[in-house]
Amino acid sequence: MKVSMDWLNEYLTLDVDPQTLGEKIERTAVEVDQVYKMSDGMSKLVVGETLSVEPHPDSDHLHICQVDVGEDEPLQIVCGAPNVATGQKVIVALPGAWIAGHHKIKKSKMRGVASNGMLCALQEIGFDEKIAPKAYDEGIYILPADSENGSSVFPILGMDDDIVETDLTPNRGDMNSMNGTAWEVGAIYGKTPKMPTFSLNEDGSRKVSDLLQFSVDETLAPTYKMRIVSGVTIQDSPLWLQKRLWEAGMRPINNIVDVTNYIMLTYGQPLHAFDYDKLSSHHIHVRLADEGEHLTTLDGEDRKLRDSDMVIADDKHAIALAGTMGGLDTEIDDNTTTIAIESAIFDPIKIRKTARFFNLHSEASMRFERGVNKDDNQNALDHAAALMAELGQGQTEQGTGVGSDTPVEPAKVSVTLTRINHVLGTQLTTDQVQTIFDHLNFPTDNDGETFNVTVPARRWDIHIEADLFEEVARLYGYDNIPSTLPYGTMTPGALTFKQRIIRDSRRLLEGAGLNQAISYALTTTAKAEQFMMRDSEPTELAFPMSTDHTTARMNLISGLLDDIAYNVARKQKNVALYEQGRVFYREGDAIRPLEVEHIAGAVTGTLTTKTWHAEADTIDFYGIKGIVDLFLHDMGLSEPVHYEATQAHAQMHPGRTADIYVGDQVVGFVGQVHPEVASDYKIPDTYVFELNLQALIDAPHDQQQYEPISKFPDVTRDIAILVDQSVTNADVVALINKRGGAHLADVQLFDVYEGVHLPAGKKSLAYTLTYRDRQSTLVEADVTKAFDKVTAALEKEFDAEIR
Amino acid sequence: MALRERLQELHDRGLADIKKGDSLDRINEIRVQLLGKKGPITQALRGLRDVSAEERPKIGSFANQIRDELTAAIEERNQELKKAAINAKLASETLDVTLPGTPVAQGQPHVIQRIIDQLEDMFLGMGYQVVDGPEVEDDHHNFEMMNLPKDHPARDMQDTFYITPEILMRTHTSPNQARAMEAHDFSKGPLKMISPGRVYRRDTDDATHSHQFHQVEGLVIDKHVTMADLKGTLEMVAANLFGDEFDVRLRPSYFPFTEPSVEADITCFNCMGKGCAVCKNTGWIEVLGAGMVHPNVLKMAGVDSSVYGGFAFGLGPDRFAMLKYGVDDIRNFYLNDTRFLTQFYKRG
Repeated sequence: MKVSMDWLNEYLTLDVDPQTLGEKIERTAVEVDQVYKMSDGMSKLVVGETLSVEPHPDSDHLHICQVDVGEDEPLQIVCGAPNVATGQKVIVALPGAWIAGHHKIKKSKMRGVASNGMLCALQEIGFDEKIAPKAYDEGIYILPADSENGSSVFPILGMDDDIVETDLTPNRGDMNSMNGTAWEVGAIYGKTPKMPTFSLNEDGSRKVSDLLQFSVDETLAPTYKMRIVSGVTIQDSPLWLQKRLWEAGMRPINNIVDVTNYIMLTYGQPLHAFDYDKLSSHHIHVRLADEGEHLTTLDGEDRKLRDSDMVIADDKHAIALAGTMGGLDTEIDDNTTTIAIESAIFDPIKIRKTARFFNLHSEASMRFERGVNKDDNQNALDHAAALMAELGQGQTEQGTGVGSDTPVEPAKVSVTLTRINHVLGTQLTTDQVQTIFDHLNFPTDNDGETFNVTVPARRWDIHIEADLFEEVARLYGYDNIPSTLPYGTMTPGALTFKQRIIRDSRRLLEGAGLNQAISYALTTTAKAEQFMMRDSEPTELAFPMSTDHTTARMNLISGLLDDIAYNVARKQKNVALYEQGRVFYREGDAIRPLEVEHIAGAVTGTLTTKTWHAEADTIDFYGIKGIVDLFLHDMGLSEPVHYEATQAHAQMHPGRTADIYVGDQVVGFVGQVHPEVASDYKIPDTYVFELNLQALIDAPHDQQQYEPISKFPDVTRDIAILVDQSVTNADVVALINKRGGAHLADVQLFDVYEGVHLPAGKKSLAYTLTYRDRQSTLVEADVTKAFDKVTAALEKEFDAEIR
Repeated sequence: MALRERLQELHDRGLADIKKGDSLDRINEIRVQLLGKKGPITQALRGLRDVSAEERPKIGSFANQIRDELTAAIEERNQELKKAAINAKLASETLDVTLPGTPVAQGQPHVIQRIIDQLEDMFLGMGYQVVDGPEVEDDHHNFEMMNLPKDHPARDMQDTFYITPEILMRTHTSPNQARAMEAHDFSKGPLKMISPGRVYRRDTDDATHSHQFHQVEGLVIDKHVTMADLKGTLEMVAANLFGDEFDVRLRPSYFPFTEPSVEADITCFNCMGKGCAVCKNTGWIEVLGAGMVHPNVLKMAGVDSSVYGGFAFGLGPDRFAMLKYGVDDIRNFYLNDTRFLTQFYKRG
């Protein structure tokens, strides 16, 4: 809320500068967005009087004005406003003036005629389109006739007033009014605010009870009251009232509508003014709309209502969307003479739903949603009637029409000094706490320990002792609360096994040269369904914000490919990324997906850059597989890992992809992204892997045990064999291990050759076999015997030619 | 010439030759020539027969002395030449040590992860557990158990991606509080936990908004946990992440799940509290929300609020990273430009 300091000073005598007050409010109550004057950034704007207005000889719309700005000589100013006329008091930007938008006014010529300044519209001196009075939409603003030529326009327009703009949290709806703000500021400074006074003179001849009947559903409107003011003249409000409104960011309309807004700003009680004579019956209903019922609201929109929308209706049809927006048919217009003023309290949830559905968030609906002070409901109505009668020269009819008036009991909350200090960690005394409640103007008694607090209706946010802890804490000052750390029973702080593995996973892949990426977990359905490791239904948002993020991912690779595409588009050719995160698998009719921890990597280009000294480490199938090998090795799994060629992944290269097994369970895959898919992503050759990290966490893990280092030397034998292309390395190694004998400790492939020097369809594989005996030195003859068995087996099984 | 004089001459000439010898081969040649079995010293000693018995031991001892001296001289010269040879070889191997080293592939953790890990480590050290929970939540845990019934105005503060009317992408990691409280056995001591993770809001992505970001929620529940403890803990967080020179201040705020609720500001990085554009001249930057757990939240989780209470806080690693490193666009965290990712390796 934009709080005017001038207005606030009517409640409280504060000897404090606005910045300090803003700071104090922010530290004690609610955030302060800014402290400012409407005149900030502007200067040299003075009252001028148009002595003469002549048409410009070379223009059909410009006028040459001689303007008295309180100097010896009038200023000649060329003005294009259609409403400029002789004898007006106008806003003059003198040469050198700063106006809105950081524009400086200079002496100039307009179509050959000297112009020494500018006559200003309100919009040109910083008034928002939405708050400047409509009457002056098309031209310059006309100041009151008694304005003194040459004096600053700022005080006349209220632009020199300091505004403290508060940003209210949902619980502090009480500060959505000047009264509420004054109570709060009073509590901060230990002063009691002076609430507004008025004198209501029921000088009309009729009784409201004869003029209106009511049928009010009290669950919809616990309070519903009306007064009637008759014989009014609709006209502009006086400037003091207009200033109050535009300083608060509201637009002056006419004396009646302005009073409803002024009273709303004062009391926080939204009011609505109906043209009594436009009601088709004098029976007012507060009810739910009929499904499909129509109402044309003040903004001219024809609204099709739902049966959950609350309306005000006469006997025939809805006349207002309750608490949200009035109806066009009963609008106050220039010919209105009799006003029915509504002061009500509506169900906040219903208001909220209607406002949201129709996207009609108004100053009124916002206040109804956040709460209205029941204690001020009648005051607001009476004050409004008095002011309308005064400003419209009308009469207030007798009494109030009451549709409903459900009493609100003040909350009585007890709290003990011990509890306050226990929760806040303070050592406050009874007197300190009592003083705080006194400053809040909460009637409170205490017996030295227990405080019995009666909370006035204006603070409907307070119900329980915790609410009072907050009042005490903030008014005592958070700066005054000591700093300590929780003490008590010691608790162990340790990561779980799963959390440790996840952390280790990241370190491992970073060590292998991959950078951690965090991609969007919400993607398109098409991408969510790529690279999947099992069947799953997509989990889709009901109301996505963008077509790029509609569906929870079911793989990590597609996100990494998006990342690579982003890099490639920015000339980053070498990208190595991994991501650890969840995928979301959903069974056919389940509503909630299963969340599974995965880890994936994607590399394109080179892992290291080519230098003067070293070749670049260009990624290929074996490069990415090496990373997976390292990763799985360091997971320390009990069961062996193996790879099997697969063509089952539609988005992967059919000849360069392997499923990864731990024991006989598939835990992921590795390979090259299908070139067509890569092309869809606009990326070059890219190698990827994705692992079900949860499966690796759940798999059996070896216990670490020291293995004594053999005191006896290893013996090695090399063997090169020529075999058919179809024989795989895994086949050969398996056979060597099977027939290697008790002392075979290791088999290493050290060369693969396919090419012109070999017969077609053949390849050469070369291995080093390492033999080890932990008990004694190996005898050469024993090794030879074991090695010969391997050779024989290879010849027999694979028709291998030993080279 | 007398034998002694001959020996003396051999000695002198030998030493001169050794000194002149400029290769290991030449020195070896000299050694064989002088000290070999057919060498002049051995020959000369054969002439001892002609020396008088009285002179013989003196000459013999003199000859031995000469041989020892020559042997030592040869050894010394050998060492010198070897050393020179090594030095020459090393000199020939000299490199330009300013040429760049061979690159080693090494990746970096994501900057958000760095912040989360740093926070985890600090809280683990203070006896907290790290608690995970689902990213696809139900309305009940995400909102209702957080004292945010349907139609609560504060739900407007968290625009939500719904999947069905009851299932949604979690808007905060706070639901893990509720789950942890339900599961915790308070007879075994306090509940101290943090819960880091991804969260989602129905926002349009721009420089300061992201539909996906991270949160670290913290919670301590025990018989006597105070607002002062909360303040002290938040000061620890600020000091750990930013340094001791940063102050923390609390301001009143509102969250349905805490009462009292506060917002914590820390000293502005940019101006160190003097006031600048970054902090809108306040000298302070808002970094997190916190408060004392609302009794309704405790009750809904089955905790007796007349006996137990505590504090909760929620902070945003994304925001922390933006502030700490001066990142001006939150989208940088999720686009994974390698030029961005590889920047974050320094200790401070």
